[in-house]
Amino acid sequence: MTEWEAVIGIETHVELQTKSKMFCGCLVDSGDEPNTAVCPVCLALPGALPVPNKEAIEGILSIGDALECTLIEDSLFYRKNYFYPDLPKNYQISQYTFPLCLDGRLAVDVDGEPTMVGITRVHMEEDTGKSTHIGESGRIHGADHTLLDFNRAGVPLVEVVSEPDIRSPEQARAYGAELQRVVRALGVSDARLEEGSMRFDVNVSVRPVGSDVLGTRTEVKNVNSLRSMQRAIAYEITRQIEVLENGGSIHLETRHWDESKGATRSGRTKEGSEDYRYFQDPDLLPLHIDEAWRKRVHERRPELPAAKRARYAALGADPRTAELLVDAGDLAALFEAAVSAGAEPRTVGIWLTGEVVAYLRRENVTLDETGLSADSLVELAQMTGAGDLSATAAKEVLNGVLAGEGTPSQVAESRDLLQISDASTIETEVMAVLDQHPDAIEKIRDGDAKPIGFLVGQVMRATGGKADPRMVQDLIRRKTQA
Amino acid sequence: MTDLADLTIAQAGSGLRSGEFTAVDLLAAVERRAAVTEAHLHAYLTLDRSGARTAAEAADAALATGDPRPLLGIPIALKDNMVTRGVETTASSQILAGWKPPYDGTAAIRLKEAGAVIVGKTNLDEFAMGSSTENSAYGPTRNPWNTNTVPGGSSGGSAAAVAVGSALGAFGSDTGGSIRQPASLTGTVGAKPTYGLVSRYGLIAFASSLDQIGPIARTVPDAAALLEAVVGWDPMDATSYNGDLPAIAKSLDTGVAGLRIGVVTELSGEGIDPEVLEATMRIVDQLSNAGADVVEISLPAIEYALSAYYLIAPAECSANLARFDGVRYGLRVDGATTEEMMAKTRAEGFGPEVTRRILLGTYALSAGYYDAFYGQAQRVRTLLRNDFASAYGRVDVLVSPTSPTTAFEVGAKTADPLTMYFADICTIATNLAGDPAISVPIGLDDAGLPIGFQIMAPALGEEVMFRVAAEVERLAAFTERPRLATSKVVAP
Ligand SMILES: [Zn+2]
Repeated sequence: MTEWEAVIGIETHVELQTKSKMFCGCLVDSGDEPNTAVCPVCLALPGALPVPNKEAIEGILSIGDALECTLIEDSLFYRKNYFYPDLPKNYQISQYTFPLCLDGRLAVDVDGEPTMVGITRVHMEEDTGKSTHIGESGRIHGADHTLLDFNRAGVPLVEVVSEPDIRSPEQARAYGAELQRVVRALGVSDARLEEGSMRFDVNVSVRPVGSDVLGTRTEVKNVNSLRSMQRAIAYEITRQIEVLENGGSIHLETRHWDESKGATRSGRTKEGSEDYRYFQDPDLLPLHIDEAWRKRVHERRPELPAAKRARYAALGADPRTAELLVDAGDLAALFEAAVSAGAEPRTVGIWLTGEVVAYLRRENVTLDETGLSADSLVELAQMTGAGDLSATAAKEVLNGVLAGEGTPSQVAESRDLLQISDASTIETEVMAVLDQHPDAIEKIRDGDAKPIGFLVGQVMRATGGKADPRMVQDLIRRKTQA
Repeated sequence: MTDLADLTIAQAGSGLRSGEFTAVDLLAAVERRAAVTEAHLHAYLTLDRSGARTAAEAADAALATGDPRPLLGIPIALKDNMVTRGVETTASSQILAGWKPPYDGTAAIRLKEAGAVIVGKTNLDEFAMGSSTENSAYGPTRNPWNTNTVPGGSSGGSAAAVAVGSALGAFGSDTGGSIRQPASLTGTVGAKPTYGLVSRYGLIAFASSLDQIGPIARTVPDAAALLEAVVGWDPMDATSYNGDLPAIAKSLDTGVAGLRIGVVTELSGEGIDPEVLEATMRIVDQLSNAGADVVEISLPAIEYALSAYYLIAPAECSANLARFDGVRYGLRVDGATTEEMMAKTRAEGFGPEVTRRILLGTYALSAGYYDAFYGQAQRVRTLLRNDFASAYGRVDVLVSPTSPTTAFEVGAKTADPLTMYFADICTIATNLAGDPAISVPIGLDDAGLPIGFQIMAPALGEEVMFRVAAEVERLAAFTERPRLATSKVVAP
């Protein structure tokens, strides 16, 4: 039987959160009443002309730079022609040859196995308006009428096109997640999939393993989360293999992911390739990005998620903790503050991604709303390191601090959780237990280590769990040696 | 006493300032002229009486304070593809019937700021596509010199209004000769400035890389004054020129001594009417006598200019006119589906010439044809630019007839679009090069129809262009007025 391999490429659209739209002065604000953030330019009134938004160009250049693209010195705007009611000019200003960024890469990691995904291009375009089809089907065909909101029309849109380097649904998900992290780290978009400020179109094909010919692809649209992208690709791979193994063939088509059915359904068939009659937009001059501008963009590049994860790992956080920290920006900030103030990174990382995340979820609050600060983390780490708190007690103290009960020492005091690490006190307790269990001492002296745990447990019980178990154990060993 | 409608802008300006008459008087004279001539000409689509009255009264108030702005109180007309806030703007198309723009184009704003009185909106070939103003959805404009002939186009309404005195000056748009050719056919002065010198914001686009707004006036100094009021960088137009402006009116009295003038070989022989050619060469001789150094210059690529133009302009218009779909404004013809509504709206809303050019342009941009048509046309454009660049290395300006013929009869060329396209043979190349050019009237042919003389200059060469134009105007001493303007049917 044939073994199959999937070939996946992803086109990602990212809405930039600039102050104004791509080619006019209208504010970018999705919360407004319909058709309030509009003007002659973005409504395509006769005579109106586009002027590029510098902030948006800066935004796309920072994405291109982060994806290690070549930033093109003289970039061109094109018109992509097609008729659709939510596209006011009936052409979209986009890029074709000479896009702003070419030939980059993004490293992704699935279960510790790294892959490099090539980035073909990153180009600038403008978003469309929103159509709401009123009527039974909720789709344009069969609608009674359609409402159009042009507030989104002309919002800067960046398209990131990957090479078909992705081989599995898991890799695709990891690519999407990493791209989302990069965009967020750059601060150019909130990149929210549910709200459409980040959207994926996925090209999927399969071929026999070892073949270097690409199979016919389908383009899967309407994936509104990373999870549904992974599911949609998995479904599509299985479907294509099934069709091919049953002697059928795959058609070049757009397929829509139906989340509730867990399946893709056939949409438009692409007759050959659609003819958008691209030509250079005569309203816009070539965009010149000089050396100084490119340098400025590069110098402003913030620490990217991958680099941050590596740094956290180097500090001692385990890889999973590092990833969780980097993905939750506020935890990462607290982590950095605590670690730079001298807290032990590994422990702090585990607390933040464990107890703290659990607390936030349980109490449904944000980090700001808790009593946790970098100082309290440092103090807590010091107390634990000095043996004043057991690991279990530390977690309880942490919860008290989160709940706003005070500093770690105050919480430990008031909840009576301080560990007994005073040697003479512990020795008194140990000697009392040993006196009561001479048989256990005998066994230990005969070479049976088992009773040691039992004796430690007795001492802990006698001290209400506050004795330092390591000290207790050491003492028992010493006292039972002949 | 002279009818105020026959004054030049310069004369009217000094009359207003000396208090001989008011801006309201001047407007009344122009509107009286329109009342008599419009039935014969149809130069206007809309007369904005109340807007004009308000502007004239405001001008009088400003004049009383000694306000020196040269266009203050001057009645002018705008081609109806220039967007004017609250005043119907149709581009002579059914698809925009009744559209009242919510904004003013940059040129309209600057003219209002200059204190000009906008009398109304003039007729044009639909979306500026044509050379006779016969392609208007609202009926043709006729030539005041002979109403059986066309005024040229597409800015035929603006040219006819200025020629007959229903405006002292006007603005048109020039994509392939649409200001200069009607100026030539109506005995007026018409200038197409350097691409980018006048903002296109608010000019309903035909072919974005070629369109330029420019003035039509009765004299060269008037045209210069009108142009000066609208030039300059506009942040609303990304193709607007952002640098030092040419001193347009600085050298009007300097003469041509020492200037090098090139006569374009390809535009001074075959295809040019002998009477037009003779009048042109007479002026060339006079320029030489006036001290210019005249040489013949060949622009070989000009042979392909017309073909390149009729690929580039339709290609751009096919996208520019896509926005007229019945969804947001203008005409809507209902259909069972959105696609059907759009298709029906466009089929009904656009006239045959516009439809022809949209189809031509769509075809030229289609996959598989792009390189052979649009790509090739762009290469011709580059060749042409190179030809002009090397010519301007040798001469200061180039000259030729503006139009190969004088005004032709209404209906003479409508049956065959190709013969109509040839009306722009002398003017198209400068649009492709992005350079400025001007047409100046130099006389009448045997039929009593005006002949125009074209002066072309390198980009931003408006100063030398107007300098030569002013000398041509002096040499030609063209003072005739169209019969319709001087007929004594003028009502009190
Ligand atoms: Zn806008």
